[in-house]
Amino acid sequence: MAYDDSSDPFPTPFPTALKVLVAGGFGVGKTTFVGSVSEIAPLSTEELLTQVGADTDDLTGVELKTSTTVAMDFGRITLDERHVLYLFGTPGQERFWFMWDELCRGALGAIVLADTRRLENSFSAVDFFEQRGIGFVVAVNEFDGSFRYDPEEVRAAIDLRPDVPVVLCDARIASSGIRTLVTLVQHLLTALPVADAADTAVSSGVVPDDGAA
Amino acid sequence: MTVPTDGPWLDDAAGRLIRPYTVSGGRTRPTAELDLMSLVMATGAASEMYYGPEHSEALGLCQGPTSVAEIAGHLRLPAVVTKILLSDLMDSGAVTVRPPHNFDNPSDCSLLEAVLDGLRRQL
Ligand SMILES: Nc1nc2c(ncn2[C@@H]2O[C@H](COP(=O)(O)OP(=O)(O)OP(=O)(O)O)[C@@H](O)[C@H]2O)c(=O)[nH]1
Ligand SMILES: [Mg+2]
Repeated sequence: MAYDDSSDPFPTPFPTALKVLVAGGFGVGKTTFVGSVSEIAPLSTEELLTQVGADTDDLTGVELKTSTTVAMDFGRITLDERHVLYLFGTPGQERFWFMWDELCRGALGAIVLADTRRLENSFSAVDFFEQRGIGFVVAVNEFDGSFRYDPEEVRAAIDLRPDVPVVLCDARIASSGIRTLVTLVQHLLTALPVADAADTAVSSGVVPDDGAA
Repeated sequence: MTVPTDGPWLDDAAGRLIRPYTVSGGRTRPTAELDLMSLVMATGAASEMYYGPEHSEALGLCQGPTSVAEIAGHLRLPAVVTKILLSDLMDSGAVTVRPPHNFDNPSDCSLLEAVLDGLRRQL
């Protein structure tokens, strides 16, 4: 029988662990974003390049030499006693993007940060999540002195589907980051295939549709 | 047998360089399936086995449910090496592990509602 959250086989204190990815091009503010919304000091978790890269070095012989690592930003938000949300800032450099596939497994959704000075840098992240059917929002990180765009101008510039939300955000401010996460989850709820999903977005004790088990 | 005390060093071109083989006692693969988001917690059971300082440190980090990613971050060890240490601790019964919730059920509305409520409480 499938893993079922409602008949939790793990008693407290084990909460349910969920994750959201924070993606975007080089230098767009991913580390800043994860750090400001996280309740723990920003951490970086490393993977061995030799371990995860299909077309990089084989693991054989790893004991004989040192290995290169790639770091992911990591943060945590305790939602309640039963749910904890983890944030993973994906590596900015495109040469490390093969790691995203593993990070995407089981993710609720993603935030794609965009820098208006270099909007083209967010194209690949948008494509990546679109192709994998992972729900995302685009958060325009407004850097000082950069030209202010209206969200709709950004949508047109990166050729985004009309249903994908575009929000303005300041990655340095926690509440701004949390609001971006709220927008993401609301978007995921409205994107649900279930007919009544939009109505139930108002929080209440929702009974899962297959709760007859 | 001791673990060398010389720490990790840096490489300008890429990330940090380490010798994963040393810490993991020569093994390069975890013995159990652990995800970055698996939650690990010390059981309090006294272990007969002594592994090394990294194992003790890892155990000390998971007195409450703690993710593999977080333990790896604190240990400053790559995730794959951390998973090997934690697998050892699992094998000896020193820790228990809860796998993460893989959000692959798009109709899991109640879960998203819980996330939304939790996030709104942060504001
Ligand atoms: N004005 C302004 N500056 C920001 C904002 N977010 C980040 N910065 C600054 O932009 C620089 C880069 O931010 P990072 O968070 O390191 O970006 P990153 O995406 O993690 O970068 P890489 O990991 O190198 O790809 C830092 O100096 C931040 O202080 C923002 O919202 N507004
Ligand atoms: Mg960064």
